[in-house]
Amino acid sequence: MEVVGELKTAREMGLVGCTRCSRVSPMGTQYCPRCGSALQSRDGLSLQKVWAWWLVGLMCYVPANLYPMLETRTLVSTESNTIVGGAVELAQHGNWGVALIILAASVLIPVAKFVLIAGLAIGVWRGPQVSGQRRHFLYEVVEYIGRWSMIDVFVVAILSALVQLQALASITPGRASLFFALSVIFTMLSAQSFDSRLIWDTQRRGDAPDHGLASDDVRKESSA
Amino acid sequence: MTRPQSDSDPQNAGIDLDRLIACPGCDAVYTAPRVEQHERAYCARCHHVLIAPRRKAGKQLIALALTVLILIVAASVFPFLAIDAGGLHHGASILQTAFAFTGALSVLSVAVLMFIVIIPMLRLVLLIYVLAPIIRDRPPARWARPAFRLSEALLPWSMAEIFALGCAVALVKIGDMAHVVFGPAAWMFAVLVVIVVVTDNLMCRYSIWKSLEN
Repeated sequence: MEVVGELKTAREMGLVGCTRCSRVSPMGTQYCPRCGSALQSRDGLSLQKVWAWWLVGLMCYVPANLYPMLETRTLVSTESNTIVGGAVELAQHGNWGVALIILAASVLIPVAKFVLIAGLAIGVWRGPQVSGQRRHFLYEVVEYIGRWSMIDVFVVAILSALVQLQALASITPGRASLFFALSVIFTMLSAQSFDSRLIWDTQRRGDAPDHGLASDDVRKESSA
Repeated sequence: MTRPQSDSDPQNAGIDLDRLIACPGCDAVYTAPRVEQHERAYCARCHHVLIAPRRKAGKQLIALALTVLILIVAASVFPFLAIDAGGLHHGASILQTAFAFTGALSVLSVAVLMFIVIIPMLRLVLLIYVLAPIIRDRPPARWARPAFRLSEALLPWSMAEIFALGCAVALVKIGDMAHVVFGPAAWMFAVLVVIVVVTDNLMCRYSIWKSLEN
């Protein structure tokens, strides 16, 4: 089947769609009659919530990199490693593969998440530079990879539970693990607060964006 | 692959809202199409999967959910991993792994336990509660709608599969300094992760909400 006629949004039809169960209701309905979720045509506070969680997440990400993630005690030495320090050491021992995995999971992905979420929010706020399709794709990428950063915290948990060989070697978690976990949780909340329908509102000519800003502030583009 | 028809006539809106479907991703409205078994209806604009029905999905979901529940309980108790190095041996269960964070970090132990054991289990219990009356053609359970809403909201926080990958990374890290022994729980957990992923792909949210409506 092909799409017949012009695509319309629930908002343009004077309706409100439920993001949980996709049922449409007349505009102004408070709760979805099918699933009981609270209905909002657009989340007016979306961008404020996104930026608030984003900022707290970033604030936690700084100590996550400064404090040690792991403290390793062996017969001869005691050393504490930050995230980057641990990866560098692995690389020096020739473990390039593992070092790259750790750098990707704990540096590249978190930084990419901060950049992408900020980019999406700025796109809605200032008017987008890229098409709705691409922005929606990036949004789904952020939503998908967000949880996977928690892998670092799990690795620390497994290593510290497992490597407890009395005097020979023991690993204990460092303070950074808590900050890193908080950073992941806050960026997940930031991504969840983003109302993806706003991406498409700024895409089409004639739509009034609804995010608490004057509509003059937003440059509109016709759909690609 | 089926694309739903776009509804271009606003006058249709007032007539039968039940026939319409709004894309949760981008708010585009369609007339809900008839989607055959094993077909998927995508949003034409943002490619969000709207409808993906499966025959007997309800029974399969309950069977899978029960399997995972049993596996989670068993995997939490049995030995998970152990290492041997320099004549010393140390093993850890999944519960011990979660409680690796002590002192000021113990709040993290609670979070890890939630992410890898409690939330995945809670989701499956809720799913069984919601689906059990439906597959027997009974009216939905009393709290079925809030239960399914909660189960859906918990989805991003259920991280069993991430923990499994974390095990793989941890094993590579200590692989050359100690010999690692897999306990029965490790294999159970591996199976469990596969089933959790299958369960999520088998589930058609639209169909479940539709059946809860009646």
